[in-house]
Amino acid sequence: MIRLTIDGRRVESRNGEYLLTLARRAGIEIPTLCHHEAVEPAGACRLCMVEITRPQWNGWSKLVTACLYPAEEGLIVKTSTERVLRTRREVLELLLARSPRAEAVRRLAAQYGILEPKYAVDQEGDNCILCDICTRVCATHVTGAISRVNRGVAKKVATPFDEASDVCVGCMACARSCPTDAIAFSQDGATRAIWGKTFEVVPCTVCGAPTVTREQARWMAQRKGVAEEDFYVCDVCKVAKTGLSCRKVMW
Amino acid sequence: MKQTLATLPVLRAKLKEERSKLRCIMVCCGTGCRARGGMQVADAIRDELSAAGLAGSVPVELTRTGCHGWCEQGPIVTFEPEGVFYTQVKPEKAKEIVASFQSGEPVSKLLFRDTKTKRSIVTYHEIPFYSKQTRWAMRNVGRISPTEIGQYIARDGYKALEKVLSGMTPEDVISEVEKAGLRGRGGGGFDAGRKWRSCRKAKGDVKYLICNGDEGDPGAFMDRSIMEADPHGVLEGMIIAAYAIGAREGFIYVRQEYPLAVEHLGMAIASARENGLLGENILGTGFSFDIRIARGGGAFVCGESSALMRSIEGKPGEPRAKYVHATDRGLFDRPTVLNNVETFINVPLILDRGAAWFAALGTDGSKGTKAFSVVGKVNHNGLIEVPMGMSLKELIFDVAGGIPKGRTFKAVQTGGPSGGCLPEALLDLPVDFDSLTEAGSMMGSGGLIVMDDRNCMVDVARYFIHFLVEESCGKCVPCRDGLKQLLEILARITKGQGREDDLDKIDSLCFVLTEGSLCALGKSAANPVLSTVRHFREEYEQHIKDHFCRAGVCRDLCRYEITDACTGCTLCAKACPVECIAGDRKQVHVIDQSKCTRCGSCFDVCNFGAVEVRSAR
Ligand SMILES: Cc1cc2nc3c(=O)[nH]c(=O)nc-3n(C[C@H](O)[C@H](O)[C@H](O)COP(=O)(O)O)c2cc1C
Ligand code: SF4
Ligand code: SF4
Ligand code: FES
Ligand code: FES
Repeated sequence: MIRLTIDGRRVESRNGEYLLTLARRAGIEIPTLCHHEAVEPAGACRLCMVEITRPQWNGWSKLVTACLYPAEEGLIVKTSTERVLRTRREVLELLLARSPRAEAVRRLAAQYGILEPKYAVDQEGDNCILCDICTRVCATHVTGAISRVNRGVAKKVATPFDEASDVCVGCMACARSCPTDAIAFSQDGATRAIWGKTFEVVPCTVCGAPTVTREQARWMAQRKGVAEEDFYVCDVCKVAKTGLSCRKVMW
Repeated sequence: MKQTLATLPVLRAKLKEERSKLRCIMVCCGTGCRARGGMQVADAIRDELSAAGLAGSVPVELTRTGCHGWCEQGPIVTFEPEGVFYTQVKPEKAKEIVASFQSGEPVSKLLFRDTKTKRSIVTYHEIPFYSKQTRWAMRNVGRISPTEIGQYIARDGYKALEKVLSGMTPEDVISEVEKAGLRGRGGGGFDAGRKWRSCRKAKGDVKYLICNGDEGDPGAFMDRSIMEADPHGVLEGMIIAAYAIGAREGFIYVRQEYPLAVEHLGMAIASARENGLLGENILGTGFSFDIRIARGGGAFVCGESSALMRSIEGKPGEPRAKYVHATDRGLFDRPTVLNNVETFINVPLILDRGAAWFAALGTDGSKGTKAFSVVGKVNHNGLIEVPMGMSLKELIFDVAGGIPKGRTFKAVQTGGPSGGCLPEALLDLPVDFDSLTEAGSMMGSGGLIVMDDRNCMVDVARYFIHFLVEESCGKCVPCRDGLKQLLEILARITKGQGREDDLDKIDSLCFVLTEGSLCALGKSAANPVLSTVRHFREEYEQHIKDHFCRAGVCRDLCRYEITDACTGCTLCAKACPVECIAGDRKQVHVIDQSKCTRCGSCFDVCNFGAVEVRSAR
């Protein structure tokens, strides 16, 4: 067991847990935007900064991201020192200037007392804060159809060469996991469009409600070694039929 | 032929004996000299030598060397062992050069002329630029052919490796490097021995060694010069390090823009393998280690250790948080040591001459020498290697020849794009890792940019932030979005649109960059701004409040006027590209402000200080 303190509270950990996990377990709130339970941490948004020290550091301390810093014996973690709060406010200022319309950003900024951004606002700024969740989700659980391209301020999430992707299966995992609803998609009856590609959403063979795209069913069928047709039954009918949640099959 | 511990010393003795009888004409064929015709000079001298039939009693050799680090004087030709030094040689001069080689009479037109004394100097031993240097890391630079392993061996090459493999344990090697106090030359100044020890201790059979030859600092070229001119020195250092940490595989990461370095390293690796110095069963001792070259795409951030490792793995060159050290989990998640080119080339010296010898050079906290790439407003741009702890003043004024055209020194930027600017008041500062960091700058990889009164410090900060905006990988918020905001503010200040609260905003942005960024690029990106605000705050305030750029760089914030000191020499009128200066000979001249583009040509040419920079208002 590794023993450490967070905001004066004693916490214990098995190997390998990150400070964020421990803090949340102890009921201590740390804001995050690029953290997602389903994928490895990235450390991109820098909101989850906490201050760490040890008695033998003689008063010296440093800021680390809680989402990436593993628990260590004897560590003293503080989640809301002036240094932490100032860094967090400044990060939020930058995010607000970048994506002034993103609801998740506005809400967090307001929590930290920022109603009007002090820096030059990017009026054209879209909602993407480059948290990297969508790309990690797609790469880890689906087909890796999107990635972050370019460098610096020109960085963005895209399919290769901004063309309709060969491998995207239209599953919407990216759009659903995006904290700022930055990924454009549309669904019109049995037609879904995302990342420049149009998909047919197959109706439920039992009730006719939309299920999944043909590409997604094929991809999952191949991966799970089950029949493609098994996926063309909607959640409701599947539960009715088998008592199982289809989600378990999907992810 | 594969050498062994027994045959290598015999070979070395034989090569030494042979070479001690040689006279050499050495032509620099490094990147800089090549661009100015160095290869053609070498060919012309070769033809001239065979025409002159110089086969007599003394054997003569024509050697193509790598970069000396003084490209502004190139193409460079030297005679060894005499040390005769010719500058800016053209192929047409081959005949005169060969004649002078025979007669011993120097060709005076090709000699270096000292800027201060106006005296011609015959040998490089007497040229202050060289004589005031202490070239240890660059011991072979310009003195050997980088493509001939024999020349390296003859200059005590692979002697340290021989010693290490003749009975030192890896532990012995690590303690020796620790005792020497060798700190990494690539930027952070981390203790090399300690890094090696952590990696040696790390669990795992597979360990990697990497040499960082990315050298992304604009203007810096010491690593290029070393790799081009003495590739075996780098290899020898790496082989010793590999033995110490227990690595069997190594990489040299070189940027694509350094084709000659790649070529020479490649040839050196091949000949080291042929000679049993690399590959399986090195020197017959059973120790095996091999090196591959990994080519980088040239992004500045790829020099950062975690980004570099991702790049070698074939992934995008983005940094990762380093809460787990590379010595535990680095390249391909295996324990890895990454060191800089110059760090490695110091290793054979330490093992050959001993830790005590090395530790006697330099200061308490920074041992040995450091190579600097000195550029900007100094008489001699080039590579300068001096013992750690030499004062900035000595380096800039004595070795690099001081500020040209009688202008005054204003600042020196050390440490590359994320280093800081130091003012005149700090010229006595010793150049070592800790002093520079304390003063708000850093050693970085050793870039030094010298600036005079015609450099605007706000503009300098803007320039570096612009560089960093372009080079930020864009992964984390403070660096990607913070630098963009910082650039916007600096740009508006230089355009005369600075606002009262801009200095506060700059302060906040520097705070979040330093505290919040993921990697050292972002963490140190505030340095150019913080150091100029700290040492030249007045200049920022003048820009914002008085609309005045005293250096005459920000064109919206200055105007030029000719004062009564004008002698009517007409120089400025001739220099003005838009011909807006009027005045008769021996009469005070006048600038037509409506046409003036504020290029400052008049200011630069006036010998009487009669042109003044005034506020635009
Ligand atoms: C943005 C950035 C760029 C860097 N570029 C280089 C480089 O070009 N060459 C280099 O040796 N080190 C560079 N470094 C430092 C490396 O990360 C690393 O510390 C160094 O190579 C370790 O070797 P050393 O201990 O021998 O100095 C860079 C660091 C950062 C943050
Ligand atoms: S699109 Fe959404 S999930 Fe993807 S990087 Fe941008 S903000 Fe994150
Ligand atoms: S500090 Fe800059 S270069 Fe480093 S990870 Fe963040 S964005 Fe990339
Ligand atoms: S949640 Fe830790 S950096 Fe974004
Ligand atoms: S290339 Fe000849 S001195 Fe640099």
